[in-house]
Amino acid sequence: MLDNLTQRLAKVVKTLRGQARLTEDNITEMLREVRMALLEADVALPVIKELIARVKEKAVGQEVIASLTPGQALVGVVHRELTELMGGGNVGLNLATQPPAVILMSGLQGAGKTTTTAKLGKWLRERQKKKVLVVSCDVYRPAAIEQLKTVALQAGIDFFPSSAEQLPKDIAAAALDYARKHYYDVLFVDTAGRLSIDSAMMAEIKELHVVLNPIESLFVVDAMQGQDAVNTAKAFNEALPLTGIVLTKLDGDARGGAALSVRHVTGKPLKFAGIGEKLSGLEEFHPERMASRILGMGDILGLVEDAQRGVDQDKAQAFAQKVKSGKGFDLNDFKEQIGQMRKMGGLSSMLEKLPAQFAQAAQQAGGAVEDKSIRRIEGIINSMTPQERAKPEILKASRKRRIASGAGVQVQEVNRLLNQFEQTQKMMKQFSKGGMQKLMRGMKGMMPGMR
Amino acid sequence: MFGFLKKKDGATPPGAKPGWAERLKDGLSRTRAQLGGQLASLFRRTRIDSDLLEELEATLLQADVGVEATGFLLDELKVAVRRDKLETPAQLQVALVKALEDLLAPLEQPLDVSAHKPFIIMIAGVNGAGKTTSIGKLARHFQAQGKSVLLAAGDTFRAAAREQLQAWGEKNGVVVIAQESGDPAAVVFDAIHAAKARGIDVVLADTAGRLPTQLHLMEEIAKVKRVIRKAEPSGPHEVILVLDANIGQNTLGQVKAFDKAIGVTGLIVTKLDGTAKGGVIAAIARQQPIPLRFIGVGEGIDDLQPFSAHEFVAALFEGT
Repeated sequence: MLDNLTQRLAKVVKTLRGQARLTEDNITEMLREVRMALLEADVALPVIKELIARVKEKAVGQEVIASLTPGQALVGVVHRELTELMGGGNVGLNLATQPPAVILMSGLQGAGKTTTTAKLGKWLRERQKKKVLVVSCDVYRPAAIEQLKTVALQAGIDFFPSSAEQLPKDIAAAALDYARKHYYDVLFVDTAGRLSIDSAMMAEIKELHVVLNPIESLFVVDAMQGQDAVNTAKAFNEALPLTGIVLTKLDGDARGGAALSVRHVTGKPLKFAGIGEKLSGLEEFHPERMASRILGMGDILGLVEDAQRGVDQDKAQAFAQKVKSGKGFDLNDFKEQIGQMRKMGGLSSMLEKLPAQFAQAAQQAGGAVEDKSIRRIEGIINSMTPQERAKPEILKASRKRRIASGAGVQVQEVNRLLNQFEQTQKMMKQFSKGGMQKLMRGMKGMMPGMR
Repeated sequence: MFGFLKKKDGATPPGAKPGWAERLKDGLSRTRAQLGGQLASLFRRTRIDSDLLEELEATLLQADVGVEATGFLLDELKVAVRRDKLETPAQLQVALVKALEDLLAPLEQPLDVSAHKPFIIMIAGVNGAGKTTSIGKLARHFQAQGKSVLLAAGDTFRAAAREQLQAWGEKNGVVVIAQESGDPAAVVFDAIHAAKARGIDVVLADTAGRLPTQLHLMEEIAKVKRVIRKAEPSGPHEVILVLDANIGQNTLGQVKAFDKAIGVTGLIVTKLDGTAKGGVIAAIARQQPIPLRFIGVGEGIDDLQPFSAHEFVAALFEGT
């Protein structure tokens, strides 16, 4: 489904490219496609309507006429509008108050409040050297307090114990008192997940807000949320004076239209984005990237980050050392490289992050087969003894036969792998002698099937 | 406050509860208010015209029905209008109810756990979908049928997930098999052997939440399934994917990805009470028809209900 979307937008751009100018007709058709794309990205319908109206207004004006291809220009307008809608007013966390600066977390069940709390705490501790205390007011879900305690420990921030027998507001008051007396800079108050229609629970969080008088009140939203994001955000915004939004689970493949809906309805800035379950998975919100993602225009920056995340730094350094010296690059390293590529989600998921046109081209070049052949290569290497991996030159016919039958492939496949490996090895040597450019040229040989 | 806690613990005797159709109606009141309410005002109009169809489209889209399924339903309706010469919006409503019921009916396949002993159910889903909570509710559901239940705390990753399950198990007198951290597959393996030794009827295997983009985690869960097969060659007898009704069109991607990794045989849609959206069920029926075993319509432990297409659609339109 995601592919369809990406391709469809690409197709629209293509059909429009053939036309000399924008007429009412083709702009309408284009906008209909955009509407569909936004709907599939889970942007709420009322928000879409408003956005389309704005885009139409701008597109009819000069901006389009001045550009090279009208179709791309229109996508550009949409992209700019989206960026503008989601951006602005992002000032990070406001802690400018008499300490402790209280930060209240709220959201639906399972949005990721507790994880986000720990991530933010770690962020403040590491980047701004703040003394951070966290407390959980979730007395409902079993072991919720335990969960915060564990993640707080991992994040290296202090945890204020509470128990399920206490009232949330009593916990909050006690934690605030403790934070004051012990000179904490920041106090995070994690709350139970609640539905916006649960009036008793909404009253409870209002009460918490009164007791705490937080300087930041963050609303945690799941990036995968559907059309209802609008209603939920509206209800929370009405109940609480929210100051910002944190978008979570952005490492998934949802397009994240909820970000736009929530931003539009509440008018509050999107401050952070949560990525992954690791406590380091938090970054400032990038409206431009989000706009690209919602439109299915690919996320090249995200790809780069994936690569960084997937690569083990120590190993990478050891590898770089080997490359530099030009010696000792053996099949173990070869396998390591392949393994890291897989960690990044395999070739096919990397392709998905490319903009539509490239992705299509790459797919035609046989992108889908890639993961399979990479698995096969791993299998072959796994069938070798450690000695063989370290010294591939000892591989002769009978060893090859054994490896082939061990990996369930033909001997030719083993030979092909060895050839590839040799090429890579040669490349490494070239690299050690001189120049990145040579390496880049040689790179094509390294990834099987990309030749 | 404490009254609320009690309610959550399921302290209310099961006999005293209102009929489940009643509670389904309650739970879906918001969906109805959103979807049904808008539909009702639509169907009060005097005639069927393109305006009405357009509004209907918007309503369905806003209920997370999705572009594809909405197109399908509208086409069905247009055909019905021509074929049956429908004239009044009221007739159109009847046609819509029927189209929805027909669409959802194939999903209605109740889960029968008496085929095997122990009947092994594996639970999977993305982070925060409500897996562990659903397991509690499922355990309760099977206990009410007179089955003995054993839980495997296979979520060895998230902080305090094990404690969450253990706390729940203690309160409800259910055995929970857990290990200090370790491999989820190993925990499940142990649990199955324990269930065999104790003559347990149903094993519920929890797993950690994972997003389908995390390929290594998807491989891990595929391994859990393989290991279950080692412990019990006929298992797992049911692989349930838990879906959060709040989630939009990504739901379909989730179903697809998990189905590819572990062969999903049943679905649970949770948090249907809080959202205006039953609509995603229609999208599933249209694009990834996998039996919908249960729907969660409330926080209470008894609020997990077997899915019935007729009851569900009726609850949506009731009182409109």
